[in-house]
Amino acid sequence: MDFVAPKIALSGIAPEIALAATALLVLLADAFIGDRPRTLRPEHGSARPGSGILGNRWHLPLLSLIGFGAAVYLALDAWDRVDATGATTQFSGMIAVDGFSVFVKITLAVFGALTILLGHEYLVRRDLEEGEFFALVLFSVAGMMLMASSADLIVTFLALETFSIALYVLVGYQRSRLDGQEAAMKYFLLGAFSSTFFLLGIALVFGATGSTNLYGEGGITSFLATTPAADLSLLVLGAGLLIVGLGFKVAAVPFHMWTPDAYQGAPSPVTGFMAAGSKLAGFAALLRLLDVVLFPLRWDWRPLVIGIAVVTMIVGSILAVVQDDIKRMLAYSSIAHAGFVFTAVIATNDRGISGALFYLATYGLTIVGAFAIVAVLGGPEERRTRVNDFRGLFAAHPLLAGILTLLMLSLAGVPITSGFVAKLVVFGAAVEAGYTWVVVVGAIASAIAAFFYLRILVVMYMVDAEVAEEPKAVMGPLSIGVIGLSAAATLVLGLFWSPLIELAEKATFFAGP
Amino acid sequence: MSLPDYLPILFLIILSTVFALASMLAASKLTPKRVTEAKSQPYESGIVPETGLDDRERFPVKFYLVAMLFIIFDIETVFLYPWAVAYGDLALFGLYEMLVFVGILLVAYAYVWKRGGLEWAE
Repeated sequence: MDFVAPKIALSGIAPEIALAATALLVLLADAFIGDRPRTLRPEHGSARPGSGILGNRWHLPLLSLIGFGAAVYLALDAWDRVDATGATTQFSGMIAVDGFSVFVKITLAVFGALTILLGHEYLVRRDLEEGEFFALVLFSVAGMMLMASSADLIVTFLALETFSIALYVLVGYQRSRLDGQEAAMKYFLLGAFSSTFFLLGIALVFGATGSTNLYGEGGITSFLATTPAADLSLLVLGAGLLIVGLGFKVAAVPFHMWTPDAYQGAPSPVTGFMAAGSKLAGFAALLRLLDVVLFPLRWDWRPLVIGIAVVTMIVGSILAVVQDDIKRMLAYSSIAHAGFVFTAVIATNDRGISGALFYLATYGLTIVGAFAIVAVLGGPEERRTRVNDFRGLFAAHPLLAGILTLLMLSLAGVPITSGFVAKLVVFGAAVEAGYTWVVVVGAIASAIAAFFYLRILVVMYMVDAEVAEEPKAVMGPLSIGVIGLSAAATLVLGLFWSPLIELAEKATFFAGP
Repeated sequence: MSLPDYLPILFLIILSTVFALASMLAASKLTPKRVTEAKSQPYESGIVPETGLDDRERFPVKFYLVAMLFIIFDIETVFLYPWAVAYGDLALFGLYEMLVFVGILLVAYAYVWKRGGLEWAE
C-alpha cells in the first residue's frame, strides 16, 4: 500500500497552533527567564524577589496575551477567506472552517485573555506559580477552539479531552486548599466517566453509519441523505450518548452533579473561565452536531433535548435559591443558563444558532466579571464567599456594589442589560419554531432565578449594625480592568445589541459536504 | 465490512486469552516456591524499599512523578518505532511530523529538568 501524504493546510487550525505554541513558549520562559525557586513545590519557595502589584514575572502574562492576540488575528484571517470563498473543510475533512467556528474561536480568545489578566493578579497575590496556569489556560482554549471547528467525532473527542484535562488541573490549582483538591478530584472522575459515554456514542454512530466524519464522502451527513429513515435506531442511540457526554460539559441536568463542587473549589478566575469557556465549547459542538449534522433526525432527538432543557432550567433555578455560598449559587445559575441556551438548540433554526452564540458570548462576559468580583472579595483562600459575607458591601465599596448589581441584573435578565437581550433572542427563536410552552417554562424559571440574584443585592445594600466583618476588596489594576470591561460589555450590549447579533447571524453558516 | 472480516480479531482475542491463562497456569505449577523476606517486600524500581512490610507509610510523591515522566518518554518511543519502520514511505512529511512531536516533548523535558523534576534528593 502506497502512502499518500494528506493534503494539509495549516490555516484551518492556525489559531489553535498559535495558542499551543505560545503555551510551550510560556513554559520555556517560565523555566529559563527570571529568578525562581528551583522546586516543584511553591510552598517551599515563597521568596519572590520584588513582588509588586504585577510581580516581577510580567513577561509570562504578556506572552500569553500576545498568543491570544495572534489567535484572534489568525481567526479573522480565516474569516476573510470563508467570507470570500465560502466554508470549507480541511485536513481530509477533519476540520471545518466556517463562520460558526471563527465566531466561537474569537469569543473563546477573549474569555482566555480575560482569564489571564485576572489569573495573574490572583496568583501573584497568593504567591502561587503563574507559568503553569497560563500554559494550561492556553492549552485549554486551544482545545475549546478545536471543538468548535471539529468536523469529525474523533477530533471532537480529542478537543474535549484537551480542554478538559487542562481544566481538571486548573480546578485544583491552589493546592493548599482542601476543597480545591476535592473539587478537582470530583470533576476529574465524573469527567472521565462522561468521556466514556461520549466514546460509546461515537462507537454506536460509527456502527450505524460506518463513519465518524460529519461532512466528508461517506460521512454521517451523506449517510443520512441516502439511507431510508427506517433503520436509524442505532444512530439515534449513539446521538443520545453524545448528548450525554456534551451535556456533562455544559452542566445540563441530570449531568450537573459536579458543577457546584467544582465551581466552589476552583480558584474564582478558573471558575469564571469554566462557566464562560467550557459552556461555549460544549454548545458549539452540540449546535454543530444536532442543528446541522443530525438536522434530518430532529424529530428523534428533540424530545430528549426538550426534556433536558426544561429540567435544567427548573432544577438549576430552584436549587440556586437555597444556596448560601455565592459560588455555589452562581454554579446553579450557570446550570439554569445552560437550560436557556438549550431552548435555542431545540429551535433548530438559524435564529436559534445565532441566538445561542450571542447568549453564550454575553453570558461569558458577564459571568467572568461576576467571578472576578468574588475573587477580589474572597480573601486568600476564598473563605469569604457566603452570601452574608457580602453584607454591607455598598457601604464599603459603593462602585463595586453598583457593578455587581449590574451583573446580577444581567444574569437575571432585566432590561438594559445584555442578559435581557440574550434571553429575548433565544426565547424568540424557540417561539418561532413553535415551542412556546418551553419558553413559558423558561420564563417561570427566570422568575424563580430572579429571586436569588435579588437576594445578593438586598444583602449588599443592607445597612445594619450587625456586620461581623466588613467586606474588603483586594484588587489591583488588572482585576479592576477585567471587572470594568465586563460591566461595560454587559451594559453596552444591553443597549446596543444589534452589531453583535448581526455578527452572530452573519457567522451562522457551516461547512457542508 | 461484514462480520466475517472481524474473525481474525476474534481469533486474536481467544489466542491472547488462552496464552495468558496458560502461562499463569504453567507458572503456578512449574515454579518452586521459596518465600523470603526480600521477595515479599514491595518492589520500588529496584532500590531498597523505604517502607517495611507492615507499616502503611505513604510513598513519596516522587515515585509517581518519575512514573509519569517515564510514561511520557515511553510513549515517545512507541511513536518513534513505527516512524522508523515506515520512514521510507513517509519521506519528508513524516520527518516534519516527528520534528513537531519530538520538539513538543523536548519542551516538556527542558521544563521538567529546569524545574528540578529530575532531582531525587531534596
